[in-house]
Formats: sequence, C-alpha cells, structure tokens
Amino acid sequence: MLELRKDIFADERDDNLKEIGKGTQRQDMLGHVTGTSTYFDDHKLQGMQHLKVLRSPYAHARLRRIDTMEAERSPGVRRIIRGADVPRNLNTLLSLINFGKDDEPSLAVDKVRYKGEPVVAVVAESPREAYEAMAKVRVDYDPLPAVFDVEEALKPGAPVVNETYPKNTFTYHDVYDHQKLRFGDVERGFAEADHVLEQRYQMSPIEHAPTETNGSIAAPDTNGRYVVYTSTQALFFSLDTCAKILDVPSNTFHFIGGTVGGGFGGKVDTLTEPLAILGAMLTGRPVRYQLGREEEMQFGSPRGAERIYIKDGVMRDGRIVARKIHAYFDSGAYTRLSSYAVVKCVAHLPGPYTIPNVHGDVYCVFTNRTPATAMRGFGVTAMDFALECQMDKLAHLVGTDPMEFRILNAYRDGDMKAHQREAKNTALIECVQVAAEKAKWPLREEVKRMSSRKDGGGSRATISPTPIEPVPQRAAVSQQRTTYDRAAPATTQQPPPPTPAPPPPTRPPAPSPSHGATRFSSVFGTRRR
Amino acid sequence: MTKTPLQFRHNGRDVAVFVDGGVNLLVALRELIGDMTPKFGCGQGGCGACSVLIDGELHLSCLTLAETANGRAVETLDGMKDGPNLHPLQRAFMEQFAAQCGYCTPGMLMAAKALLDRNPSPTRAEVIEAISGNICRCTGYEPIINAVLAAATSGRARA
Ligand code: FES
Ligand code: FES
Repeated sequence: MLELRKDIFADERDDNLKEIGKGTQRQDMLGHVTGTSTYFDDHKLQGMQHLKVLRSPYAHARLRRIDTMEAERSPGVRRIIRGADVPRNLNTLLSLINFGKDDEPSLAVDKVRYKGEPVVAVVAESPREAYEAMAKVRVDYDPLPAVFDVEEALKPGAPVVNETYPKNTFTYHDVYDHQKLRFGDVERGFAEADHVLEQRYQMSPIEHAPTETNGSIAAPDTNGRYVVYTSTQALFFSLDTCAKILDVPSNTFHFIGGTVGGGFGGKVDTLTEPLAILGAMLTGRPVRYQLGREEEMQFGSPRGAERIYIKDGVMRDGRIVARKIHAYFDSGAYTRLSSYAVVKCVAHLPGPYTIPNVHGDVYCVFTNRTPATAMRGFGVTAMDFALECQMDKLAHLVGTDPMEFRILNAYRDGDMKAHQREAKNTALIECVQVAAEKAKWPLREEVKRMSSRKDGGGSRATISPTPIEPVPQRAAVSQQRTTYDRAAPATTQQPPPPTPAPPPPTRPPAPSPSHGATRFSSVFGTRRR
Repeated sequence: MTKTPLQFRHNGRDVAVFVDGGVNLLVALRELIGDMTPKFGCGQGGCGACSVLIDGELHLSCLTLAETANGRAVETLDGMKDGPNLHPLQRAFMEQFAAQCGYCTPGMLMAAKALLDRNPSPTRAEVIEAISGNICRCTGYEPIINAVLAAATSGRARA
C-alpha cells in the first residue's frame, strides 16, 4: 500500500521521534510572544451582540416567577432568553457516552440549586446595555433549606438537591448509590493487626482560575450553519453537547478553537457555547458570551472537594494487612464529571500497595454547591494525598522509615491487586529507591537490594475469602445504561430508550441523538478503559 | 449615548476614536483600535493580562479610563517587534520556554519591558518585583524570571 506521507513526502519528515532529553520549541511560541495567537475573544465580528446571564443569589430556592417585561424594553436589548427557549433544557455531560441521567438545565426553570446558577440570559448591543437590562429582570424566589456537607446530604430528611437523584447520590448501574471495592475480609484483617489507625481527610474545592475566562462567540454562517469560536478544551465534546441541547445535527456547527488561555480541566464543561449559539439563532447576529472573573469563580466548576476516611490495620513488622476506605465526593448540585471521578478513584484503591484485605465505598454526593468537574488527575489526586499521608503516619506508628515502609508494601510483579488483576511491570520500589538516592535519604542495604521483579506472587498472589454482601434489587426499567454494564460494543449503535420525564421538565426529553453518543464513544470511549 | 473623541499615539502612530463614557482603555484598544494583544483576564486589576505602557510607564488598561490616554503615547505588545526582528525579550521568552498557554505573555512582556527600559541590568529581586502584578497560571514564574534576566543587557543578574 502506498503511504503518502512516507513514500511521496519522505524527504519532508523523517520518522525520528527521539525527542526525550532535548529541548523542542513549541509550535505556538512565536504567536505567544508576538501576541498573534488567536484566542476566542480575539475575533471581532460585524454586528456582534453581547450575552450576559442573570444568576441565582440563592444556594437553593424555588423559582416562583420571572418577570422580564421591563428588561425587554430596555435600550439595546435584542432578546431575553429563558429556560423555555432552550430546545432540550436538561443535559448531563457524559450522556454522550450514555453515562448518567440528564440532570442539569442550561437555564433554571423550577428551582435553583446553587448560588450562581444561570436563570435568564440577556442579549444586547453592548455589555453595558445587557447589564442594565439584567438589573430590570425581576425574579421571585422561595428560599429552600440548603445542604453544603456531603455527609449531611446523605442523612434521612436532608434537602433533596437534584430531583433526578432523590437520594442525593449518583446512581451507578441503575441501582447502586456508590462504587464498591471488595477484596478479602477487612474485619478479620483488623482483628489480626497489631495496630489499627483510622483518619479523616478533608479536601477543599479548588478553582482552576485560568487567566483567560471561559467564553465563546457564535455567529450565523451563510449556509445555515453556525461558526463558534470557543475557549473549550474539548472541541468535539462541546460541539456534540451543543447539538444535543439545541436539538440539531452536529454538522450544524463549525467549532474553531484549540488556542486555550489555560484550562486545567476547567474548560471541558461547555459552559458558554449553548447559550451563545442559541442567542445567535434567536437574533441572527454574532453573539459573544464571556465569563467575568467573578463568574468564573462562582459558576465555573472547581475541582470537587472529597472527604476521605481511611482505616488501616498494620503489623509490627510493617506489613499493612487491611485497608478500609469510605469517601464522599462533593459533586455540587449537578453531576458534570464527578460520577466518573468516583469510578477512577475506586479503580485506584488501595494505592500502589499489596494489601490482602481491602474494602472501598466511594459516593458521588449532590450538595447545593457549585458543580464540580475535571481537574488534573481528579478522582485520584486527592485520594493519593490522603493515602500517602496515611502511609507516613503508619510508618511512624510502627517505627519504620517511611521510604522503607513504602518499599515493603509496594506492588511487585506477580502480586494480586485488589481488583483481582495480576500486577505487572511494577516499578514503585525502584522509584522510591531513586527518590531516596536523590534526596540523600539513607536506606538499609537490604532495602536497596529489593526489587519489583523479585519476591512477588506466591502468598502475595492469593485472593483471601471475601464475604458475600446482599445486592440491592435492580430497578425495573433501566434508564440510561452506562458503558460499564454494556455487554457488547454493538449496543452503542442503538440510541437509548426515551427517558421517562423527570419532574418537572420544560418539555419531554426526546431520545438521545445517536450521533452524539456514537461519536463521543468512538472518540473517547476506548481510551477510558 | 454621547461619544467622546479620543486621540493618542498607538505604537508610534496617531489614532483617533470616539468612545462611550466610562469605557476603559482595554476595550478601546481591542474593540475600537483592533489591537488584540492586551488581554482581558479579570477587569479588576488582579491579573496584569491587560498591561500596557502609557508614556513609558506600566499601566493596567482595564483600570484606565480610555479618555485619560488622550494625547499620550500608548505601547502594547503589538509594537514590540522591530520590523521582522523580535525584541530581545521576545527572543528570550521563546528560548527559555517562558510561556505555555500564552495568555499572560503580552502583559508579562510589557511589564518586563517597562523594567528593562528604565533599568537595563536588573537584579533577580527587581525582576520579581517588576512582574509581581502579573499572574501566570501555567508556566510557573521561574522560566519567566530567567527569560527577563537573559534579555537584560548584562545577560545575567548582578548578585
Ligand atoms: S484584566 Fe486588567 S488586571 Fe486583569
Ligand atoms: S502561560 Fe498561561 S497564564 Fe501564563
């Protein structure tokens, strides 16, 4: 077969990809230092309108009445957009891979569930006129009791944050309110252990604070399509999300992006594009929707806060014999990507250590906080922080050097991991040895000679008897199924069955368009495994 | 809305526009002049992405009323190159990997230029002081400080 690149253009590019160890210039650097890199906001379009969003001042309130009469007559106003104007005003980001139920409106309709939630959008000739009109919108709220703590949210009688998930927990596989890991019998492990240490770790939400705030500009094209300049980190993901929310085929849009003024996970949520495009559809004009810094902090999702409890049983000789973990991920008022963070977290337990008895329960919990999202290793970073703090404390408890303590418990080739997979190509021991050397940290000779390749397997590869726990009954009708319980990839070809109307939607949700789901899983689905 | 005439030198050329009352210099430069090099990061004086020089002095254009630039000389990153030749600061930023997303870079470069124009061989502490109003969320400040020092005429910090 003719390979164009290699055969015809062979002299234009060699296949020498040995780049490690030498400095290679970024292709966008010249643009950056001359100020010619084009960010979304660097497009100036004729007749451009400006969209601003009125946000909820309450963390939890019923919306009684929205009066936009006076605002509509305000100078420079082109259009006021309300929830009823959004074609499919309920979405969840990972519905593109059939994971989770639609739970988040573009503009609130019945209730607001966090401070900063979008209620009404104003499109006007200038940002100033948009703000002036926004000040004339009158909204009557009935404040409701709010819940801000993950464990409070799980107590009976806690306020229901998001009616799609009445127990304030995300639902896995249609039935489970959390993700579990079971391996051996931790209770027996604790009974045999010389010491037991239980600790609580609380993380804070962290704002990505990219120097460029989230934003986009949408403009009608001459062929019935829309051009969208956007700051998104996930161009096709955002494009398909917009196609779903606006209920049009995804080839309606031409997304232009890629030059992102900092993201770190905070620009994957498609926060601005749907309303910017809807504004362009309703006014026939280019519409720019850029978050201010305060909005970026209040409405842009942070890294979610996790509360983590770790209980470990350890022997006097330094072996960890049991590890039990309870963790609660604060998803805020809507799912966005926290459900996935939990899955990642459980896949990471109990850290890179061989422990014969492991028990993990991790919950994705809804509270009246700003919805959380992706941020650099989300799901794993915080858990690792807690686990490694715990490792230091355990080493101290049994009087072992903390570096040696890690080497002693590290996975070795042939060990059985808590997910019942054999550990292969492990290298933690070598990593710690190198780190110790670089830090001039003394290790005993015998510890220096330990290796990931030696002394693994054998008794370290056994699966201890695991007590069986009762399984909750599967709900009668499966709603949106997840990729995790899908039997064969062939089912991705089928659009999922229509979702029963969640209370109270603006209009009955239609079946998911197959283009979104299929496309997204073909792009991203396999990489997640 | 009544418009106010505004005339100033922009990177060595005279420009004139009409501005709405209350408009800041950042908006005037970007939307009326069409110079997209100063960036909006906060609009509240917190990030430095909008930094420009007015009569050689460093200013946050988002906090500068456009009308106050009348009759003065405004410099932005767009005017930093000399024809096709990069300014030593621009070259140093490239060589020292002093940018990742590049959004803070226009402001950083203007802050660095304000420093080097008045103090061609700054100490490390002086460089840190000079860019202390500019936030970078990606690169980390070390490569940026090193780039400014490398660009300084002495080529290295006085101890
Ligand atoms: S935009 Fe001017 S300081 Fe941030
Ligand atoms: S390079 Fe991204 S903010 Fe500095």
